[in-house]
Amino acid sequence: MMIQNGILKAIPGDEEITEPTPGQIMRSRALRHWGLMIGGTVLGIILILALLAPIIAPHDPYTQSLSDRLQPPVWDTGGSLKHVLGTDQVGRDYLSRLLYGAQISLMIGFATVLISGFIGVSLGVMAGYFGGRVDMFINYLITVRLSIPGVLLALAVVQLIGGSLPVVITVLGFMLWVRFAVVIRSATMQIRNMDYIKAARAAGCSSLRMIITQILPNVLNQFVVIATLEAAHAILLEAALSFLGIGVQPPLPSWGLMINEGKDYMFFKPYLISIPGIALFCLVLSINLVGDGVRDVTAPENRN
Amino acid sequence: MLIYTLKRALLGLLVALTVSILTFGLLHLSSDPAVTLAGEDATEEDIQQIRVNYGFDKPLPVQYWVWLTKALQGDLGTSFYFGVPVSQLLAERLPVTLTLGICSLFFAIMFAVPLGVLAAMRPNTWLDRVCLTLAVSAQAMPSFWFGLMLIVLFCLWFPLLPVSGSDTWQHFVMPVIVVGTYAMPAIMRLTRTGMLDVLATDYIRTARAKGLRPRTVLLKHALRNAVIPVIAVIGVQAGYMLGGSVIVETIFALNGVGLLAYESIIYFDLACMEAVVLLLCLVFITTTFAADILNAWLDPRIRIK
Repeated sequence: MMIQNGILKAIPGDEEITEPTPGQIMRSRALRHWGLMIGGTVLGIILILALLAPIIAPHDPYTQSLSDRLQPPVWDTGGSLKHVLGTDQVGRDYLSRLLYGAQISLMIGFATVLISGFIGVSLGVMAGYFGGRVDMFINYLITVRLSIPGVLLALAVVQLIGGSLPVVITVLGFMLWVRFAVVIRSATMQIRNMDYIKAARAAGCSSLRMIITQILPNVLNQFVVIATLEAAHAILLEAALSFLGIGVQPPLPSWGLMINEGKDYMFFKPYLISIPGIALFCLVLSINLVGDGVRDVTAPENRN
Repeated sequence: MLIYTLKRALLGLLVALTVSILTFGLLHLSSDPAVTLAGEDATEEDIQQIRVNYGFDKPLPVQYWVWLTKALQGDLGTSFYFGVPVSQLLAERLPVTLTLGICSLFFAIMFAVPLGVLAAMRPNTWLDRVCLTLAVSAQAMPSFWFGLMLIVLFCLWFPLLPVSGSDTWQHFVMPVIVVGTYAMPAIMRLTRTGMLDVLATDYIRTARAKGLRPRTVLLKHALRNAVIPVIAVIGVQAGYMLGGSVIVETIFALNGVGLLAYESIIYFDLACMEAVVLLLCLVFITTTFAADILNAWLDPRIRIK
């Protein structure tokens, strides 16, 4: 005891050392996390550019100009500052289309996750909380959904109904709930046996109240991680659908659609497909980095 | 083991049945097939005639029952667009897709497993970071764009490979790279995690303490146990790859089931769509079934649970 006290006293200013709060630990972890910082910055820039598109876009993204068609970007020979990223096959300014395209991609990611997250979390919490037959049934639903070739069915349904932005969002939303359900289900199962749940039950909480006030706040970080992954997934799928011509319809400046329209000219004007492709890659990569980062910061034990 | 296998097979059958009902319903309810088939200039009488001819006038459960009983006898209907039996089309196209799938799987495993082992051997070093960065980047790459970029690279800048078609092995090089890259990140991450878990166990420490060569420990003792979860994910990946083949086969005009699916969707060929969805679903169920059985055989703990 004496020795311990002696050692403790030897540290100057011992009395002032206070335990950092969980919030502080998390903040310092986040600031040291390279992936999260880079991903967050890139995502933030894309978000701002997309929101400011009507102000900063140099031209209207829909105005065609046949005399200006297939202008190369500024770094190519013959490029001019008038069209920094060049123009497409009907003379629309490529930079403006790219900026407005960011709006579409971000909207797809956000709206899809809203739908799929709602379905997946409801099913996952129900399965994890009630267990037994409910769990068995929801597990069966998950197995069935996993066995459906998703891309194929999404293509078929969008084509049959007719491609448009709301249709694509709805179809993707009803398709991508499965990972939410799986993860939230196992998270809820772990929480269900915690002491604070027993305490809440002893205090007479109803199931609904328990789910809303005790379980949902505790599965929030898992939700955020899956939400980022699925948003990125949705953005890639929309691009693929639009690329195949069975998604968002022209003249909307969806990045996938821009690649589709540019592919006939790709041997002569490779920038027509490389520019939207790189934009898509950066957006998806930054969202994934943010998701991985959030997981590392909030639950480092799940890292591997 | 036998009981486990039987249970698992029964579940697979049930799932296949449910999927077929869902697909059938969804595709028939999404639009009126008779109107689509009749074309734009059709009169109301023409549409009615088509409804009667193809049986679209009957209630949906009856239509499903007719379709199912025929499908079980191997008759998947006739393709509206191609004008030949759907089963014949599938038989013609399936070998191409299977070749693509198997080659891509090998390609993915060939790179992903060694990279995963390498990353796990030196966790949290630059080597590990490089491997993880590769995985994250590969995940973020739109596969259709990657395919187009490969075409620019290998057909325009270094004219080595044919652009499209499926006649020679050269036609398969680019599609295999694209599909394989798509499957790589998941396999790599799981190999790394599995290896990290196994390398921390007591029996690895014992093996090292015995003085076994590091290589023997790594390959014989660690990797064998680490691949068990990887096998399960390979089963799932194989299924996803077949589903994703629709995009890759369309880009490279590879004449497989994926391209058939694309064509049938573009031309509203309902019978063909249903058959392809069902086929891919069956392939997925079979691969996951095989992976589960293999897993249970390798790891007795799974069967008992």
